[in-house]
Amino acid sequence: MSTIDSGESATLTATDTVLSVENLAVDFPSGDGVVHAVRGVSYELRPGEVLGIVGESGSGKSVTSMAVMGLLPKTAGISGSVKFRGRELLGLTDKEMTRVRGKKIAMIFQDPMTSLNPVYKIGYQLAEAVLAHHDISKEQARKRAVELLEMVNIPQPDKRVDQFPHEFSGGMRQRVVIAIAMANDPDVIIADEPTTALDVTVQAQVLESLRAAQRETGAAMVLITHDLGVVAGQADRVLVMYAGKPVEIGSVEDIYYNPRMPYTLGLLGSLPRLDKRDQSRLTPIQGSPPSLVNLPPGCPFTPRCPLAQEVCQTTEPELEQVAAGGFGLRGHMSACHFKELVAQRDPADLFAATAQDADLPDVFGKNDRVLERDQEPTGRQVAEDDFGSDEEDR
Amino acid sequence: MHDLPGENAQTTGNLTPSAGSVEREFTVQARTQFQLILRRFLQHKLAVISVFVLLAVILLAFVGGPLWHYSYTDITPDNSVSPSGTHPFGTDNLGYDEFARVLRGTQRSLEIAFTVAILATVIGTIWGAVAGFYRGFADSLMMRFVDLVLTIPILAAGALLSHHFQSAGWWALALVIAGLSWPAVSRIVRGQTLSLREKEYVEAARAMGAKDGRIIFRHILPNIMGQVIVVVTILVALAILTESSLSYLGFGVQAPDTSLGALISQAQTALQGGQWWLFYFPGIFIILICLSVNFIGDGLRDAFDPSQQRVRA
Amino acid sequence: MLAFAVRRLLVSIPVFILSTFLVFLLVTWGADPLGQLKAKNPPPSQAEINALANTLYINHSLPARYGHWFSQLFFHGNWGPSIQPGISIGQLLSTSLTLTARLVILAMIIAVILAIVAGVISATRQYSKTDYTITLIGFLFLSLPVFWFAILLKQLVVNMNNSLNWYWLSTYGANTPGLTGWSAFSDALGHLILPTIVLAMSSYASWSRFQRSSMLDVLGSDYMRLARAKGLSRSRVMIRHGLRTALIPLTTQVALDTAAILGGAVLTENVFGWQGMGTMLVNGINSGDFNVILAWLTVSAIIVILFNLIADLLYGVLDPRIRHA
Repeated sequence: MSTIDSGESATLTATDTVLSVENLAVDFPSGDGVVHAVRGVSYELRPGEVLGIVGESGSGKSVTSMAVMGLLPKTAGISGSVKFRGRELLGLTDKEMTRVRGKKIAMIFQDPMTSLNPVYKIGYQLAEAVLAHHDISKEQARKRAVELLEMVNIPQPDKRVDQFPHEFSGGMRQRVVIAIAMANDPDVIIADEPTTALDVTVQAQVLESLRAAQRETGAAMVLITHDLGVVAGQADRVLVMYAGKPVEIGSVEDIYYNPRMPYTLGLLGSLPRLDKRDQSRLTPIQGSPPSLVNLPPGCPFTPRCPLAQEVCQTTEPELEQVAAGGFGLRGHMSACHFKELVAQRDPADLFAATAQDADLPDVFGKNDRVLERDQEPTGRQVAEDDFGSDEEDR
Repeated sequence: MHDLPGENAQTTGNLTPSAGSVEREFTVQARTQFQLILRRFLQHKLAVISVFVLLAVILLAFVGGPLWHYSYTDITPDNSVSPSGTHPFGTDNLGYDEFARVLRGTQRSLEIAFTVAILATVIGTIWGAVAGFYRGFADSLMMRFVDLVLTIPILAAGALLSHHFQSAGWWALALVIAGLSWPAVSRIVRGQTLSLREKEYVEAARAMGAKDGRIIFRHILPNIMGQVIVVVTILVALAILTESSLSYLGFGVQAPDTSLGALISQAQTALQGGQWWLFYFPGIFIILICLSVNFIGDGLRDAFDPSQQRVRA
Repeated sequence: MLAFAVRRLLVSIPVFILSTFLVFLLVTWGADPLGQLKAKNPPPSQAEINALANTLYINHSLPARYGHWFSQLFFHGNWGPSIQPGISIGQLLSTSLTLTARLVILAMIIAVILAIVAGVISATRQYSKTDYTITLIGFLFLSLPVFWFAILLKQLVVNMNNSLNWYWLSTYGANTPGLTGWSAFSDALGHLILPTIVLAMSSYASWSRFQRSSMLDVLGSDYMRLARAKGLSRSRVMIRHGLRTALIPLTTQVALDTAAILGGAVLTENVFGWQGMGTMLVNGINSGDFNVILAWLTVSAIIVILFNLIADLLYGVLDPRIRHA
């Protein structure tokens, strides 16, 4: 595998837990009061498993991971438990955490354009990651750096290793960041929105590099994203977060084919799909996520939920077993008083198509008419010679 | 109160969240931009105190001075007395009442400083905004000129020119200092303009047919106002220091008029003779004015751009 | 890198030439070289006035005068005649410059080092007592007039010297003449300390604020976070990634402030009685000595442009993005 001896103690079996988060809560002081960014997150990660954490901006997914890494500012109030291979991480001194970071748990951040220091060469930044945890010579570190670049498919790695970040494109930079993450064969890689800042075509390359990283290191991965498409392709299990709390957790199949929480259903409904032929309009979830400063009692999704009732306004539902799933945090759980009602429902049943654009010009005929597959729009046909031919010189 | 759709909702289009339910969770007050800035400024205790201090000094100089029963040209029979009831700041060896002199000096210095700040800011802002907005050749030319002026130390050029304009009065001095201070302002404004002109709302304004002048004055300048105001405060402090330095060297405000710098210059030998009051009071006034202006500038900078306030929020 | 340096150098030359022209205009406008002579009592004869005018090459058009001065200086190394007979401007320049250079260079080094330390401490301990204290001291020095502080310090030391009967820390002049070897060095040092402190403090004040702000910008950046996530210790991240990147803007700022430091030196020399560039300028302006003022401003322009060039080059060394532009 690598030229570096990881010197690890006992190897984990497939049923051990490599990372266990229990009731993690994070508070931030702010000008308007205390922001409860994370309100009780729990999950378990097995070796080699990929957990996708999905949620809107502000749902607390990034803060959760920063708390695991111990990278939150001192003013943050953290409670709960984070155990890596049975060892409690919260409460460790920063010095002790530096031995965990980059070696046992590695992290990849969102914006590749700013993640790398512009004044140091790529090779230097890669070697630095290795030299931080291994006592080897500079030449060996450099060799490892070239190796890593090769693993993430950077062409001409021996030349590129001496270049600066601004000579790399965004996708390449993100792959370098991935290479840095896997430099020391970590047991867990946390990828915080690794493809959000990139074009779709570049996303594929980066995700491929992420897969390669996981393969090479055998690491478990926490993949944080708001892109359900990314999760579907990469994850084994999914955790859906809303307003700082998990609202549903289960295997990819459970979540995508048998969602038991209206929010999850709504998320799936707002995904454009090419394979469903009778859907013409997306059914987004109306409204916005709530403020995390003064959450009223009850389920935070209530104002936007089509199934909301009295009880939803008074009591916040706990994560509970879904009837047809596995057991506990390894099974399928959902936080909804009416999880049974969500079963086997189509998003379009519960969420309305967007009615906001009622004044669209009549290009497609009546604006709320569902088009049959073979129908042509009744508006003006676009003629070929409107745009000129392709042979024109520029 | 709407009926929340229950189990029987089968049709589409039946979903409207009850009107009040989204708002019930918005506990953050909606505030205007100005209110936000004011609120952030008020959190800066030193800046708020400095506002009062500065106002007190201004009042003292402009109102207290004329009201005081000694004028700065009055020669009293008391020579070289230390501070007392009749002469709170003492007198000098010719019998001038130091309190009246300091107040007069403060008034003069403040007049010059504010004139310089406003003049230099106006010229510098227009110059920088035009250069940054039009870029290209005009920008190169204008900024080369700025670079040129900046190669000359302000004190040296100020000394030379004010020596020439000695008889013309304090406004000539203000003009000289302003004429040498505006280039620094133009650099800052140009930088800001360069980044703002790429914003979409400028493009949008152009697409709607707005003329250049309108874009500069209505879209760009209001958005750099924050930075410009901070620069104004810095300029006031700088102007006071420059003017008093020039007056100290003998090039600034001339007798019989006085300024804080001139007073200090005259106090040098007196200090050696033990007449500390002639030296300390003018100095303290300069320090007070500059300190409060600097704190206010700092508070304003934090108020307009809180991005440097790390995790307090 | 070399190409970058050569390019910057070549651009500086026309800037310098234009600067000399601007300076020439200023001095022509602002200085009256015949004034002192005319004000003499008993009044001088017309012949005397004409003689002086001729020596100073005054009775010609402005471009001609400029051309004459320029060619005299750059092709013949001649700074021109002073109003005072028998004074060589070149000689005056060299002695004045040596003294002032001593002062300015030492003051800048001290100010930069102190500013970096203060800025880093302030930024890393933002909002702590240390930060507030450092910030307050910085503001105080920013608001302190250089000449006032100089006089104050001078008086305090004079009092101290008199009561302690120990006179190594001197308050007047640059040195005591007639000393050699170690005693000359020690003597010069004793004369150097006070003016250097005074000159350093106002530069320190503005640079430390600047460095603090620059550090804060850097401390919040993503690459700092990633460096921490790699498992690097706090101090290593702070210095290797934080300070290294935060120093870059400071270099430009220091260069830009050279003109201001020269101004500060003028004041400091005045208070401490140094016969350096400051005194040369003040005397020159007061007597309307055309060529002296011109020489001073030319030399200061060279210094400012040189420092700007150094800053640009340093920036290129420190920030690889610039090199490839």
